[in-house]
Amino acid sequence: MATGQKNSFDKYFTKAHQQLRMAIREVIKKEVLPNINDWEEAGEFPAEFYPLFGELGFLGIGYSEEVGGTGGDIFDVIVANEELMRSGSGGFAAGIGSLNIALPPIIKNGNARQIERFVKPVFQGRRIAALGITEPGGGSDVANIRTTALREGDCYVVNGSKTFITSGVRADQLTCAVRTGGPGARGISFLVIEKETPGYAVGKSLKKTGWWASDTAELFFDNCRVPADNLIGDENTGFSIIMENFQMERLQLCVMANMTAQMALEESLKYTREREAFGRPLTGFQVTRHKLADMATLVDVSREYTYRVAAKMNAGVDQIREVSMAKNFACSVSDRVTYDAVQLFGGYGYMREYLVERLYRDNRVLSIGGGTTEIMKEIISKLI
Amino acid sequence: MGSELYFTKDHELVRKAVRDFVNREINPYVDEWEAQGIAPLHDLFKKMGDLGFLGIRFPEKYGGEGLDYWYETVVMEELARIYCGGIPMAVAVQMSMATPAIHEFGSEYLKETYLKPALKGDMVSAIAVTEPDAGSDVAAIKTFARKDGNAYVLNGSKTYITNGTQADFLTLLARTSEEPGYHSFSLFVVPTHLPGFHISKKLDKMGMRSSDTAELYFDDMRIPAENLIGSEGQGFIHQMMQFQHERFAVLPLTYVSAREIIDETVAYLKGRIVFGKPLIKKQVLRHRLAEWLSGIECLKQLTYHIVRMKMAGQDVSKEISMGKLFGGNLINKIMDGCLQMHGGMGFMNEMRVSRAFRDSRLMSIGAGASEVMSDVIAKLEGY
Repeated sequence: MATGQKNSFDKYFTKAHQQLRMAIREVIKKEVLPNINDWEEAGEFPAEFYPLFGELGFLGIGYSEEVGGTGGDIFDVIVANEELMRSGSGGFAAGIGSLNIALPPIIKNGNARQIERFVKPVFQGRRIAALGITEPGGGSDVANIRTTALREGDCYVVNGSKTFITSGVRADQLTCAVRTGGPGARGISFLVIEKETPGYAVGKSLKKTGWWASDTAELFFDNCRVPADNLIGDENTGFSIIMENFQMERLQLCVMANMTAQMALEESLKYTREREAFGRPLTGFQVTRHKLADMATLVDVSREYTYRVAAKMNAGVDQIREVSMAKNFACSVSDRVTYDAVQLFGGYGYMREYLVERLYRDNRVLSIGGGTTEIMKEIISKLI
Repeated sequence: MGSELYFTKDHELVRKAVRDFVNREINPYVDEWEAQGIAPLHDLFKKMGDLGFLGIRFPEKYGGEGLDYWYETVVMEELARIYCGGIPMAVAVQMSMATPAIHEFGSEYLKETYLKPALKGDMVSAIAVTEPDAGSDVAAIKTFARKDGNAYVLNGSKTYITNGTQADFLTLLARTSEEPGYHSFSLFVVPTHLPGFHISKKLDKMGMRSSDTAELYFDDMRIPAENLIGSEGQGFIHQMMQFQHERFAVLPLTYVSAREIIDETVAYLKGRIVFGKPLIKKQVLRHRLAEWLSGIECLKQLTYHIVRMKMAGQDVSKEISMGKLFGGNLINKIMDGCLQMHGGMGFMNEMRVSRAFRDSRLMSIGAGASEVMSDVIAKLEGY
């Protein structure tokens, strides 16, 4: 087969994607990997990474230069995500990447002033952005959010609380879903709430099963007066913005799940070839070999499906059904592969110094965040 | 239901005593011990020893209560209600992992000097079999005990030793011969105050945080020859017998702790209103719960069957291995599923289910991995 033909199979990633991949990989290897264990224990990574990654153009990948982004398509976003995951810390990837869920609602629906004020500085790493949807009383049931925003002159007065907010402790601004109208999906709007706003309070950093390097917070609003200028898009159109935003978030969760599984597989392959029991390497046992074969098969199938869905999204094709399927499949794969990896490592897999131990813990949130497996199934069942 | 077929009023009195103790002396402190990565076992075991819990099924002569396996099952079931897996594991080491071989094969001297204080709670014990290069493959251990006059000189290392940073003695398996085969091993009582004993490090684990786990090494450590359990060369066989007690203890811990977390999850689902209805009304969740409860019931009834076999003096190696294999898979599935039913809250450390998820991951690895259980079952079936 001619080389030219061979390349046509690899159409998702071009040479430019590949260069970007190598650039990010280099930085992760040099700046992140040597310290990531300490940051995981400390529960956060140094805030200097925001300006550093901003300067390198990593934060704006996939966003147009008009809004201060670096440019690139959906596969650039995937490349960036995959290489951030190479840090071995889902928390680092989620923390540095919180802008990817916080900014798109502003970019797609905001005005020029809002882009200038709330988007560009985030791409430069000068401000940290978070998305606020989930509330203590309602996770999956998004249409029922209770945080209220009442119009008073040129302000909205916001009362309520949000929880499980990724980057919530450090965020300078929150893209926040609030109730401006009646009950249900048609009464929701988006406001950007800034940290300095009187009445805005940050709870303590939440202790979690995994994602330790990322700060997760509960946020409280007590008569927070937010300028009406900070309304994103039209009043009471927030629900469709949330739903639209979920599609990219879910695609990125697919990538995180696939990478988590990929790394667990790589670690397992390395370990089972080296570790001896009963006089032969673990790969000398049929059950081990078949387990590895299953793991590798699942990882491959899941990744290829995610790429296919991404390619269609890139082309502007509606993929709500497919991305929901991809998320459930990728998470079921990463659940199984990380479980099996820990099992193959035996007692070592239970020890914190081994990567598979962290992958197992970090993985657990992927089938919950961005819409649980059960919610994905509700969506899929309506679309089949 | 149906438990009255096996448990009398006397059993229920013991059950109540252990339950009260757990509620009063253990559960209020679990969060603190989990955060510290260790529990004050000398203090805790003393209290439990005074109440007769630790030696419940051992002869009165050695500090026990002289009761049967049903009583031991009752104690284990109640320990499973502790709000973590680490403390039940630490206690199970004392009751079922490090002491049975001394009782069954040890000399009167060893029983008097180590078994009795352990059952009374005056000494903390640990079981030392696993090594960095020998987990499931027990026969691959390298720690060597060389006979030298009236002592054995111990060299080597052990890892994943539960209670390892505070144990007063280890029940330890070492090689006493370089010959291949299963008759080159011996079991010893190793007092940790003797020179040559070293703790290399305290290990940092995914779960079971309240239980201290250590890596140990022995550098020309002289052990009195009288600390040999049973006869030289019989250690591997002795330990295989001891493993049956260890693996049995895991069964009640599994089905009761799984049930506890299910009950807690159900309480959460009843209170959680989503899309206008409590989550417990969702058919998918109800069916999932029903399936787990069926699994729990099967494991519980198998366990009771095993107790009956033990009471009748029958060999239960196969049944225990089946229970351990089944239980290890079941509890991981249940804890994962219960965490999922809690949604984002389940990922937060403040929830008991998140701890249970991390703790239970050990159940299909420790005390013989699922793969080892499968091997044992196949072998006992004659394959």
